[in-house]
Amino acid sequence: VVLISVGVNGTRRQHEVEPRLLLVQYLRETLGLTGTNIGCDTSSCGACTVLLNGQSVKSCTLLAAQADEAEIVTIEGLGGPDGSLHPVQEAFREHHALQCGYCTPGMVMAAVSLLAEEGHLDERGVREGLEGNLCRCTGYHNIVKAVLACAADRGTPTESSS
Amino acid sequence: VIPAAFEYARADSVEEAIALLVEHGDEAKLVAGGHSLVPLMKLRLATPSVLIDVGRIPGLSYIEERGDEVAIGALARHHDLETSALLKEQVPLLPHTAHQVGDPQVRHRGTLGGTLAHGDPASDLPATVLALGGTLVAQGPNGRREIAAHDFFVGFLETALAADEVLVEIRLPKMAGAGWSFQKFNRRAQDWAIVGVAAVINGTPGIALVNMGAIPLRATAVEEAVRRGASATDAATAADQGTDPPSDINASSEYRRHLATVLVRRALEEASS
Repeated sequence: VVLISVGVNGTRRQHEVEPRLLLVQYLRETLGLTGTNIGCDTSSCGACTVLLNGQSVKSCTLLAAQADEAEIVTIEGLGGPDGSLHPVQEAFREHHALQCGYCTPGMVMAAVSLLAEEGHLDERGVREGLEGNLCRCTGYHNIVKAVLACAADRGTPTESSS
Repeated sequence: VIPAAFEYARADSVEEAIALLVEHGDEAKLVAGGHSLVPLMKLRLATPSVLIDVGRIPGLSYIEERGDEVAIGALARHHDLETSALLKEQVPLLPHTAHQVGDPQVRHRGTLGGTLAHGDPASDLPATVLALGGTLVAQGPNGRREIAAHDFFVGFLETALAADEVLVEIRLPKMAGAGWSFQKFNRRAQDWAIVGVAAVINGTPGIALVNMGAIPLRATAVEEAVRRGASATDAATAADQGTDPPSDINASSEYRRHLATVLVRRALEEASS
């Protein structure tokens, strides 16, 4: 076993884990944070996206041991302590950016990472920036709208590329 | 999907990683970002009994100018490459290609050293380093040695690295205004290239092919034709010479040969425009 110490949503967690335990299993099964979904389980669909030291990663393709000493944020850790939604979650609700909702936690985490990295985001930038996340309802249109609205709200210029 | 059981050891220095390799021999695999190896382990196509995690060795993620070259620490991630102002200025083909790898999540984890040491002929960056004429630096129990990129890939997922060596640095010549292009043909944004072409044309043309054989390949016949001053169309007819493209669910070998000629022509046209 490997002893890991991981910051998860601001709380330090320590566990002895089997080396082959995947980060997504650690989050879901050891910590009970089932907001992070498992979709394809082959690092294609992005449903399991979480933030590792602020950057989006696919937690099905990381060993929990590789996350030792890292800071992880999952969908459960985005909102305020009073239950208020994160601006990206708020925008997803406002713009009806989910249908079945299965891809949503991963989409939201990928969008948070994208918005943090890219000072300027147009429609093409959002679509390319979310290429690692699949929506099987094909509800991309409103997802893109929601992320563009977030980019606009924080005061960066947004342009629709035609 | 869960990997077969293995022992895990974390190395905090290159020396420690080498000592662990010496101790465990063939049974051990190095893991950095893990985005090639962990998927293979989950499918149990790879079943190392010891995994040596080199992903957090400090001081191996640098990207710095060194004379006529840019030196890159083996742990620099694809995201570091695609956002590096120094690389954009001095070796623009590399950040351009790094941006085509996988998707943002993959680029946040995958490392240049990892993708080279894995040596997958379908990966974008090995062929790119080949086209650029890069130099790879390996460190083993007896110190460091340099390996030219064109000597590095020796077989399917097999490199010139000895079992007790760690790839520590990649050095790329500055492109000094040379024309370049990267052409990647795939059907979905995040997919592997069905065929890809990395091209640099200047004094010494470097044209390399993705997914056209067991290893990343240099299109030497095309390079020769370019040196002779052949047109893009004429040079591209030699694109599949010396290749052995696979047939798989995405494309037949014959179709890959066709794609190679089309993509090499486009690459040469773009590089010289």
